[in-house]
Amino acid sequence: MKAAILRERSGALLLVSPVLVFMAVFFLWPLWAMVTAAFVDDAVSKVLPRTAAIIVSWDGQGIPSEAAQKAFVQDLTAATDEQALGEAVRRLNSAASGFRTLLGRTIPAVKAASEPAQVDLLTVDPRWKDTRFWVALKEAMPPYTDRNILAAVDMKRDGSGSIVLEGADASAHRLIMLRTLLVAAMVTIACAAIGLPYAMLAASLTGWKRSVLLLAVVLPLWTSLLVRTAAWFILLQNEGLINRALQAIGLIDSPLPLIFNRLGVVIAMTHVLLPFMVLPIYSVILGIPGNLMSAAQSMGAGPVRAFWRVLLPLSLPGLLSGSLLVFMVAIGYYITPALLGGANDQMISSVIAFYATGTANWGLAGALGLILLVVTTMLYTIYGRFSTSSRLPGA
Amino acid sequence: MFRALQFTFGAAIVIFLLMPIFAILPLAFTSSVFLNYPIPAYSMRWLHELTTADVWRTSIVNSLIIGGGATVFATVLGTLASLGMRKGALPMVGLLRTLFLLPMVVPAVVLGVGMQIFLVRLGLASTYLGVIIAHAVLCIPFVIVSVSAALQGIDPSIERAASSLGAPPVTVFRRVTLPLAVPGVVSGAIFAFATSLDEVVLTLFVAGPNQRTLARQMFSSIRENINPTVAAAALLLIIGTLCLGGLAALLRWRQKRSALKTAPSAI
Repeated sequence: MKAAILRERSGALLLVSPVLVFMAVFFLWPLWAMVTAAFVDDAVSKVLPRTAAIIVSWDGQGIPSEAAQKAFVQDLTAATDEQALGEAVRRLNSAASGFRTLLGRTIPAVKAASEPAQVDLLTVDPRWKDTRFWVALKEAMPPYTDRNILAAVDMKRDGSGSIVLEGADASAHRLIMLRTLLVAAMVTIACAAIGLPYAMLAASLTGWKRSVLLLAVVLPLWTSLLVRTAAWFILLQNEGLINRALQAIGLIDSPLPLIFNRLGVVIAMTHVLLPFMVLPIYSVILGIPGNLMSAAQSMGAGPVRAFWRVLLPLSLPGLLSGSLLVFMVAIGYYITPALLGGANDQMISSVIAFYATGTANWGLAGALGLILLVVTTMLYTIYGRFSTSSRLPGA
Repeated sequence: MFRALQFTFGAAIVIFLLMPIFAILPLAFTSSVFLNYPIPAYSMRWLHELTTADVWRTSIVNSLIIGGGATVFATVLGTLASLGMRKGALPMVGLLRTLFLLPMVVPAVVLGVGMQIFLVRLGLASTYLGVIIAHAVLCIPFVIVSVSAALQGIDPSIERAASSLGAPPVTVFRRVTLPLAVPGVVSGAIFAFATSLDEVVLTLFVAGPNQRTLARQMFSSIRENINPTVAAAALLLIIGTLCLGGLAALLRWRQKRSALKTAPSAI
């Protein structure tokens, strides 16, 4: 008996293991790579290991000891990996501007020297007398950093190492996070305001009328997101159908600005996410016994009172899980704001994409991505608690 | 009065939901260079452009290659996993299932950044294999959901009957379980293909210029210079997904019917 269970279990494990390995390698590992990119900062210490060992004990006054300089020259001579060296130079130049040209002169000089141990940095380039470069070098040595995660929330370490707020003009990550939450909240409220009555209406109807209402929800789900976004582009533009219709019936004289602003983003995102609100509410309402409403009415409650005291409270779980779902998906949205929003409607995903693909600043992209990942995971956990199945509608 | 209000509200929302889809389709046949109404005359020039212009034609071919590859990966892996998780023989099946569904939840941009860093390290960035793998990660949850649902619908007494009649486990699987699960597998594959077809964000991060997919090409086109080719591409995608969706619905209907047939007591 025990052998049979064991055999069944190992058979099941054999079936699951390919996907487990695949997901571990191509899903969990990339996420881990993103997280470590935010905290690992070993570009410099990898290339200059001897310098790293000595320079940590330097007090930051004047220039480091003869021994440290020798170690630095030795490291530069030994550095053969051009790509790693280039990354180290980039990292140092971002800490102290001018480092690139300084190393651009120093490295060839050191490598050309017949007796590298005899090279004197100060004669190669007098800029090595500048304490600034040595401080940047020392500060780039620890292999881990909190620089990125602090920058992600607009903070940094000052000269003495304590955490301070970045200047108001420096960057605006907090503003963008706030905006992300605001847009997601607006979309969630719009979806709830439309989705709740719509789901109730669909549940109260029968026959073809119900089918039409449900089909209208499912059809967009089946349509490509790009198609829907392009369609909203057509509808919302200044010469678009909506503006033309409004002008034709004389409501407005000049086109309303509907695209490349917050309104356009919210309208299109509401359209895309409405099914995620309607479907959970609808399935909850279908589960409410139909005779409850008639029971309430038979006991003297008017239709409004019966709705308010019976149907609405019983549909709240659906509303809650729908809202969580919409909010969770909305905060990670990229395509719709990128195509229909203006510069002031870009959400956190756009900023992450900008750092990753635009400037190759994977550290900062990783730190912002980590924040988004943590928030989404928290929301998903709450959603899993509230909804009976963790399955997403439409899947 | 209340009824009229109900009707107006319902109709308004149905229009809100469906209007965009119906608004974009006729523009695929416009003769104008603007993606805009009114349509001056009908012509096939943009559909022609879609199928002959190099960037668009390559992107359609790329979408088919990448979608096909990702579908094969996801369907094989997802079906195996669903079979393994079926009987509940494994400990922590709930945890596994949650892990496998996570790619649906994690924001695409987050996964994109991680994938980019990771695939660059592996040397798979800007390769077909890299894009196919990235898409497969997103497609696997859809296959698992679909196949698991199909497996759950199989009455275990049928399999017990087969083995009590002397069929060894392999025969039971090959002759009973698998045929009953096939509709679920096929509709999982359809979902997977549709997911890959519509995927933009991961593609932005991991694909090079040579792996530009149709969705990716539409994204740049809307962003940079929108013209009616986008509407023609939309028409193609809508027809494609409607065919796939219809196929999936047909399979589901047949599955339901055969489930009723095999379990007459349930009627």
